Amino acid sequence: MAKRIDVSDLDIYYGNFKAVEGVNLSIEPRSITALIGPSGCGKSTFLRALNRMHEVIPGARVEGKVVIEGQDLYGADVDPVDVRRQIGMVFQRPNPFPTMSIYDNVAAGIRLNNKKMKKADLDDLVERSLRGANLWNEVKDRLDRPGSGLSGGQQQRLCIARAIAVEPDVLLMDEPCSALDPISTLAIEDLMAELKERFTIVIVTHNMQQAARVSEQTGFFNLNGVGQPGRLIEFNPTEKIFSNPEMKATEDYISGRFG
Amino acid sequence: MTTTSSPTTPAGRPKQRPGDRVFAGSAKGAGILILVILAGVAAFLVTESLPALTAPADEIPGGEGLIAYVAPLIFGTLLAAALAILVATPLGVAIALFITNYAPRRLAQVLGYLVDLLVAIPSIVYGFWGIYWLAPKLVPLFQWLEQHLGFIPLFAGPASATGRTMFTAGLVLAVMILPIVSAISREVFLQVPALHREAALALGATRWEMIRMAVLPYGKSGIIGGAMLGLGRALGETLAIALVLSVSGGITFNLIGTGNPSTIAANIALQFPESTGIDVNTLIASGLALFVITLAVNVLARWVVNRRADFSGAN
Repeated sequence: MAKRIDVSDLDIYYGNFKAVEGVNLSIEPRSITALIGPSGCGKSTFLRALNRMHEVIPGARVEGKVVIEGQDLYGADVDPVDVRRQIGMVFQRPNPFPTMSIYDNVAAGIRLNNKKMKKADLDDLVERSLRGANLWNEVKDRLDRPGSGLSGGQQQRLCIARAIAVEPDVLLMDEPCSALDPISTLAIEDLMAELKERFTIVIVTHNMQQAARVSEQTGFFNLNGVGQPGRLIEFNPTEKIFSNPEMKATEDYISGRFG
Repeated sequence: MTTTSSPTTPAGRPKQRPGDRVFAGSAKGAGILILVILAGVAAFLVTESLPALTAPADEIPGGEGLIAYVAPLIFGTLLAAALAILVATPLGVAIALFITNYAPRRLAQVLGYLVDLLVAIPSIVYGFWGIYWLAPKLVPLFQWLEQHLGFIPLFAGPASATGRTMFTAGLVLAVMILPIVSAISREVFLQVPALHREAALALGATRWEMIRMAVLPYGKSGIIGGAMLGLGRALGETLAIALVLSVSGGITFNLIGTGNPSTIAANIALQFPESTGIDVNTLIASGLALFVITLAVNVLARWVVNRRADFSGAN
């Protein structure tokens, strides 16, 4: 079930270093939101703060609020493990578990959440997830083979299948196509267009054509200099960002006149 | 994960560089040397065992033939090593997991150094520790085991009064190989790519679930490798066993009693100084048995690791 995300006055720290400062934005359910910006501007950090994955790094913390459909992710009694079960993530490099079969990779999240599920139901769910990730026809005959034997694009779709198998509220994608060839990229982009019917999707990308192709809303992150925190410079409908941006910095970045 | 592709050689004869030839030659030589040494040891053991293998039964020490002489030793060796590995593997893996996944970085470093240091302690020190410290401390435990769990053949008793039992020997061996198992497991756990850990965490795994999904399966071959190295040391350990174990019996599963089978290596060390003629050949024959056992254990471990090579994470 797709949910809306409201972020207000979010600061993200690594120890004493302020990595991201003062982010305010709202993300509609069943939409794709793209985050663009130069390297090191904090867009990946911001994305990871949306499912508390940045906390994997010791000393990471946030100030401000991230609210998903009324629920504060950083409330005192909220367990990050539960947050991550609601909010799926796809990473830059495909990372299926190399020690598991394709089937077990897809079933991994379900087995974490709900230990007791009938074999037939699990089979159905795995098939549905793989179909949902447009991968079923390519792997249905080798579900018991390791996921690491697939091509990069197939592995990434396997990771998407793994993420959507648990029916998350939100799907976060951290440069999901940057390690893929153009054809695999196209396959993922088509898939995203289908997935947004069911999920709220937030994608970080370095590829501005990709942001323009797939997203409804685009956020532009930038930083003033090395050691300065990243900021959300502009957040607007994608069309507006790429045709008539409000901010000079946005225009400079998307037109390639960027330092 | 990453594959390195060799540069394509141009058509025709590639240019021969002296540095390459020297390096290739010395590497090949080193590889061959290993085989030569192994073959040499095997040949020595076989030729020196032959007199014992062919001798009439009553000339062998004990007077009942070679098999009757060597069988309890083989049994004792395997039993002591099995005990050690049963105790040391779970503990070693747990230590490695604590160092790599739970301990704060400072503590992890200190613990890592300490574990590495433990590897360097000579086995005779462990032997003294076992006989003077551990064995007396274990006597009450043996008495308790005999009283309450005596119906299990392992603890049938009568409990040894000195504590110099197979149980104690197994524990001393376990402590000796613990650092090896945990040092190698630690190295493998450190190699688990952050990507796989994050994949598990992003699915909503707790730390323990992450370890079960990503760390342990990835490190499995390393754990087995570490356990096998430890087993190798346990099988061949001489001094600690010779000191700790009070030897007098034949084959028995009674771990806490007074009659314990010796191990091959300890037996050789204890008997060799007073042996001449066919007795020496008999001891060497038992050494051959140890050689074969060690080889078999290693082959078995290889086979276990390779059985699911596709899923090892190395591709």
